[in-house]
Amino acid sequence: MDRLRDKIVPVTTLLVILVVAWYAFAVLLNSPFQRDLDRRAGETPGTVEFIGKTLTQTKPTLPSPDQVATNFFENTFLRKITSNRSLIYHSWVTLSSTLLGFAFGTVLGIVIAVGIVHVTTLDRSLMPWIIASQTIPILAVAPMIIVVLAAVGITGLIPKALISTYLSFFPVAVGMVKGLRSPELMHLDLMHTYNASRSQTFWKLRMPASVPFLFTSMKVAVAASLVGAIVGELPTGAVAGIGAKLLAAAYYSQSIDMWSALVAGSVVAALLVVAVGIVGRFVERSMGGRPA
Amino acid sequence: MSIMIPEPKQVAGMSEVKNPVIEARKLGLTFQTNDGPVQALANVDLTIGKGEFVSFIGPSGCGKTTLLRVIADLEKPTSGSMLVNGMTAEKAREARAYGYVFQAAALFPWRTISGNVALPLEIMGVSKAEQAERIKRTLDLVNLSGFEKKYPWQLSGGMQQRASIARALAFDADLLLMDEPFGALDEIVRDHLNEQLLELWARTEKTICFVTHSIPEAVYLSTRIVVMSPRPGRVTDVIESTLPKERPLDIRETPEFLAIAARVRDGLRAGHSYED
Repeated sequence: MDRLRDKIVPVTTLLVILVVAWYAFAVLLNSPFQRDLDRRAGETPGTVEFIGKTLTQTKPTLPSPDQVATNFFENTFLRKITSNRSLIYHSWVTLSSTLLGFAFGTVLGIVIAVGIVHVTTLDRSLMPWIIASQTIPILAVAPMIIVVLAAVGITGLIPKALISTYLSFFPVAVGMVKGLRSPELMHLDLMHTYNASRSQTFWKLRMPASVPFLFTSMKVAVAASLVGAIVGELPTGAVAGIGAKLLAAAYYSQSIDMWSALVAGSVVAALLVVAVGIVGRFVERSMGGRPA
Repeated sequence: MSIMIPEPKQVAGMSEVKNPVIEARKLGLTFQTNDGPVQALANVDLTIGKGEFVSFIGPSGCGKTTLLRVIADLEKPTSGSMLVNGMTAEKAREARAYGYVFQAAALFPWRTISGNVALPLEIMGVSKAEQAERIKRTLDLVNLSGFEKKYPWQLSGGMQQRASIARALAFDADLLLMDEPFGALDEIVRDHLNEQLLELWARTEKTICFVTHSIPEAVYLSTRIVVMSPRPGRVTDVIESTLPKERPLDIRETPEFLAIAARVRDGLRAGHSYED
């Protein structure tokens, strides 16, 4: 009951408001073109007929929610997975480079954090560069990475994954620096009284203490990885992937296809974030976390 | 009626302590802070013998915790010397000469109780079989048998602190340093733990240094009470307890107990501890 009142009702209300607003904007934005069409055809439809027409254009400025939903449903469930119209196929292509890049990024982020926490020189020198790296627009960097790697003979999945890595290592590095520094002074003093070595303090105290921070930052990183993978598909002339699908649809003004590719992207992002969250909760539970 | 209490010996018996475990000579420690230097300890001379139970008492800021941390080599003195088991405090720490119990239990939340007790043993490279045996023995000693698989949050505050005492005992150091270990617990739990601590001390014959700001706790537990005063942190009196080794809780109502408590209070007053 509480769940109904606290979660479901507010979320549903907001959803309904959004859908209504979406329809309103669809009518509003598609009507100039529709009026143009009607004028040339010499038709004078009534208001209801006119609104119906604005919501059923083949290349609308803003497709209506039901058009996007139908397109998404058809291209997800009614196509063969191997078909290049299947959103599952495109999602899988993007997902594979997302996951590879995310894995690289997580490892890289952890390695950088360990370095920063243990080496004073790195602490002073590395952080400004890491922050600067994220201020460079990824859209500008992506083609360069692809071109440079292609010149040394690396093509295919790896270059795309590296763009995901570029975006995903950052939250992990920042979160892990905080996590590895999170042990209380008392715990560090305790290790000191045992005359524990640095590596013992790291493995028995710093690493386990950082796990909650790791999973929080991995949630951000996995979403960033997906953005990286999609962006990586745009300038590379990729023929498959959500990014390629978006680009092709935009090129041919197939706005409905574009929107349903967008929906596919958000569904993948949501699934990834939820998956990381579930793994995180499982790990924390196995580390004696108090059940919430 | 008259109660026989020996006169306070000035800077109690440096010479007659046998088998000294802790020897502080002209010990001083000055912290450099933004507001200028703060003298946390000045001119501390103290000898603690094997098997003694020594309490350090005084108001906050008197340096009692700092003194304990110097013994533990968690702070370095800026003048004088500190010997533990006849070696420098640093060498003694490296030789794992002592177990330290903090104000809070400081258990690792991701380890079970037995995992927490195993922590120092793992670090010191004790074999798995030996670990299991010692975990069992020390948890027995603090009456926590049966809680091996529990996580810290599943235990009460008093039980957590007992687990942290077990952890400090696990590697068989002869010296136990305790920094207000029961300060955060309610009085009923504290009484109970005091009783258990005395029992444990009698059974293990360890040397215990115990920081507290409770006069009854200090008198009840100790063979010697070191009274300290702030600004600068120093030892103002050292009181030998005349209480027998066997101490039921109601010993605290005896005239002898009250007389010692009164002397501790006098010592604190003489050190201006009650002034603002």
